[in-house]
Amino acid sequence: MSEKLVIIGNGMAPGRMLEHLFEQAPGRYTVTIFNAEPRVNYDRIMLSPVLSGEKAFEEIIIHGDGWYIANDITLYKGHRIVAIDRQAKTVTSDHGVTEPYDKLVIATGSVPFIIPVPGHDLPGVLTYRDLDDVQAMMLAAQSRSKAVVIGGGLLGLEAAAGLNAQGMDVTVLHVMPTLMERQLDPAAGYLLQRAVEQRGIKVITKANTQAITGNGKVGQVELADGTVIPATLVVMAVGIRPNSALAKQAGIAVNRGIVVDAGMRSNDPDIYALGECAEVNGQVYGLVAPLYEMARVAARQLAGDEAAAFVHMDTPTKLKVTGIDLFSLGDFAEGEDRQEIVLRDAAAGVYKRLVLKDDRIIGTVLYGETADGAWFNDLKKKQTDISEMRDTLIFGQSYQGGAPLDPMAAVAALPDDAEICGCNGVCKGKITGAITAKGLTSLDDVRAHTKASASCGSCTGLVEKLMVLTIGDKYNPAAVQPMCGCTTLGHDEVRRLIIAKSLKTIPAVMQELEWTTSCGCAKCRPALNYYLVCDWPDDYADDYQSRFINERVHANIQKDGTYSVVPRMWGGVTNAAELRAIADVVDKFEIPMVKVTGGQRIDMLGIRKEDLPAVWADLGQAGFVSGHAYAKGLRTVKTCVGSDWCRFGTQDSTGLGIRIEKFMWGSWTPAKVKMAVSGCPRNCAEATCKDVGVICVDSGYEIHFAGAAGLDIKGTEVLGLVKTEDEALEHIVALTQMYREQGRYLERIYKWAKRIGIPEIKRQIMDNAEKRKAYYERFVFSQKFAQVDPWSERVSGKDKHEFRPMASVGFAQAAE
Amino acid sequence: MNWISIGSISDIPRRGARCVATPEGKVAVFRTQDDQVYAIDDHCPHKGGPLSQGIVHGTAVTCPLHNWVISLETGKALGADEGAVRTIPVRIEGEHLFIALEALASRAA
Repeated sequence: MSEKLVIIGNGMAPGRMLEHLFEQAPGRYTVTIFNAEPRVNYDRIMLSPVLSGEKAFEEIIIHGDGWYIANDITLYKGHRIVAIDRQAKTVTSDHGVTEPYDKLVIATGSVPFIIPVPGHDLPGVLTYRDLDDVQAMMLAAQSRSKAVVIGGGLLGLEAAAGLNAQGMDVTVLHVMPTLMERQLDPAAGYLLQRAVEQRGIKVITKANTQAITGNGKVGQVELADGTVIPATLVVMAVGIRPNSALAKQAGIAVNRGIVVDAGMRSNDPDIYALGECAEVNGQVYGLVAPLYEMARVAARQLAGDEAAAFVHMDTPTKLKVTGIDLFSLGDFAEGEDRQEIVLRDAAAGVYKRLVLKDDRIIGTVLYGETADGAWFNDLKKKQTDISEMRDTLIFGQSYQGGAPLDPMAAVAALPDDAEICGCNGVCKGKITGAITAKGLTSLDDVRAHTKASASCGSCTGLVEKLMVLTIGDKYNPAAVQPMCGCTTLGHDEVRRLIIAKSLKTIPAVMQELEWTTSCGCAKCRPALNYYLVCDWPDDYADDYQSRFINERVHANIQKDGTYSVVPRMWGGVTNAAELRAIADVVDKFEIPMVKVTGGQRIDMLGIRKEDLPAVWADLGQAGFVSGHAYAKGLRTVKTCVGSDWCRFGTQDSTGLGIRIEKFMWGSWTPAKVKMAVSGCPRNCAEATCKDVGVICVDSGYEIHFAGAAGLDIKGTEVLGLVKTEDEALEHIVALTQMYREQGRYLERIYKWAKRIGIPEIKRQIMDNAEKRKAYYERFVFSQKFAQVDPWSERVSGKDKHEFRPMASVGFAQAAE
Repeated sequence: MNWISIGSISDIPRRGARCVATPEGKVAVFRTQDDQVYAIDDHCPHKGGPLSQGIVHGTAVTCPLHNWVISLETGKALGADEGAVRTIPVRIEGEHLFIALEALASRAA
């Protein structure tokens, strides 16, 4: 019979421990986990990219629900253990669940330190620890007002950068004279401060917080020198301490953390502790690499290997803020027995410092250029005598042995036991070995098999180089298709960076992302223009010269250079006055062809470009606006006559279609969006092959999406059933906004959905009300700037130059 | 050369084009990002698309009908496509633009 293993805490360390344990002793234990957070195991290191908007929570999950099911683990989400009974060998949760154990692992992590200043308990004071904190910060950031981050260490700066990226006005308060003083020397701290300030974040050093005040909630932060900083959000990121209260209460030996031996065992032989709550050889740890090492040791102990022991390790520190490269390792304090080598390049913003003792590296600080971090780390770990290469050491590995090597050769020259991935402690030999033995050809495979670059991702470049070295051309990094010939970046990468770096013009994107052409091409310019319109609806000035001609002149170009014009007929409904106006326009401008379209509209073809403003003026008099039949945007909502007329109709499909169209017209999307609403499952509006469709039924509205009836033919997928019209509208709008934010330019909804996965879309739109609401609100916000009729603008004189020749040259003039 | 005034450089948007109507058909006059001006026939060598309506990038324009890319300097199709369109000399005097319609002039005379 298997033994009962109970784990308190569901963070990264116990998650990793279980992976090892299932490998080494499959079936030995039946596992139960109590997680005070109501969710699965996720990558806490990546919370900063979630906060800055560069990643979604779903992307940082380590173990999804399926993993727990597959390994037969009972996971109690949102259960906090309140008591351990060591006599009876049971634990009890705050919801009253009592579970017996044979072996118990405590992995309660740490709690953020709160400075006990007056006002620290006001609403609006947050810490930065878990997803709940991140979500609270993102919510607060929607106000786009002022935030104060107390603490200029790793976490504080990542929080500040994230809030800044979310549009807040951020001030960092740091009690010491320079930022990150535990990892950086003052020179690097200064460079860091400058880089942080260049992003628009204010930094006040030597800042002594005296009080947080406000009327029932945070209003301002007061410093000891009398400075008052207005703020609606205060984030305390001044440090963490091991969360050992539960162990202490159970009578387990506790010092700073839960005291364990090198085998991660506490003074109760059946109780282990690991992670940030554990203290081993007098040390507590907060970075992921030693915590994963603890996980490895604990797993081997639980599997019966009593020799497994934890050995202290120095871990490099890296800051995860896009655009700031920083690496720090070991001891870099000055001392009589120490020497240092320093390289400064002010123009390039590079600072490198090596601290040496007895011709060996004991500390490294790299700022601005960190590629040699792995090499210095390796020299330090191996205690390599560097006297031979001392003169060129600071220039890095490429400069050793004469001529500069290319980066590929530098990686090739690394020894097999050089550490590549610091987070997971993976060395070069393990990666190249796995690539060869298992025939791995993709980065994801390497991540899955070795864990290299699977946590913070900062070693991805190194891992990719190793793949090229090992399998050559078989590794195709361009599995990411570049947007066009002007860049090596793919659409997703560009979209991510536009947000992360707050790029708000096409020239800024091209400059920052190192476009290889001066002003792009006909492929990337319309794509970038769309991304900027979508991501910065209030800030970005639409660049007409980057729009395809149809969207520039708001009509559809035909093969002979004339245009076609389609006025909007809401839901496909019209009347005598509108039809008369159309007939008059057709006569007046001698329009050669009038045709009913597939989307229930009337198309007038063969109009000369010069006549367009006059045609629009006449149509506008009759109340028509542009039908956007030319747009990568909302085109038409087809409807059937529904319950008003049809004997089978279950709901007012015409009314809903008109409502959707009036709500969503004018919005730009990655590719055209066509919708339909059918009043019953007979589906006369053909809603089940549309980008988004609704089938009305007696019990409500069945929302469909991801259909196609063009180059590809594909029936829709069902998003879900909702009861009311209001809900139907909210779900459709949220779905469209999700597509707007994630779709690649010219990628129709069905292709986007295939790429993202239908279940993921359902999870975000159907199951997560908060997320749905947020998408909905972002769409509504952007509509404020989008719902302007382009025809009436041009009738009033906008872009006049588009519709007139610059000059006319007659024969007489030509012959002069 | 017979230089004909067609207007001012500010009449054309950067990375854009305007047309000049002539008895021989439309001439497309382009202004690049860095204010160079080129004139070519407004007629793609592929299927006659109006090049003046295309997206201007660098010193090339992409035809709005089927995405041929035409060099404004040589009039030739770039990339894998083959074909060329007539280029027309342009002179810039301060703000003023002139094009030379020699062929027209000689035919009229």
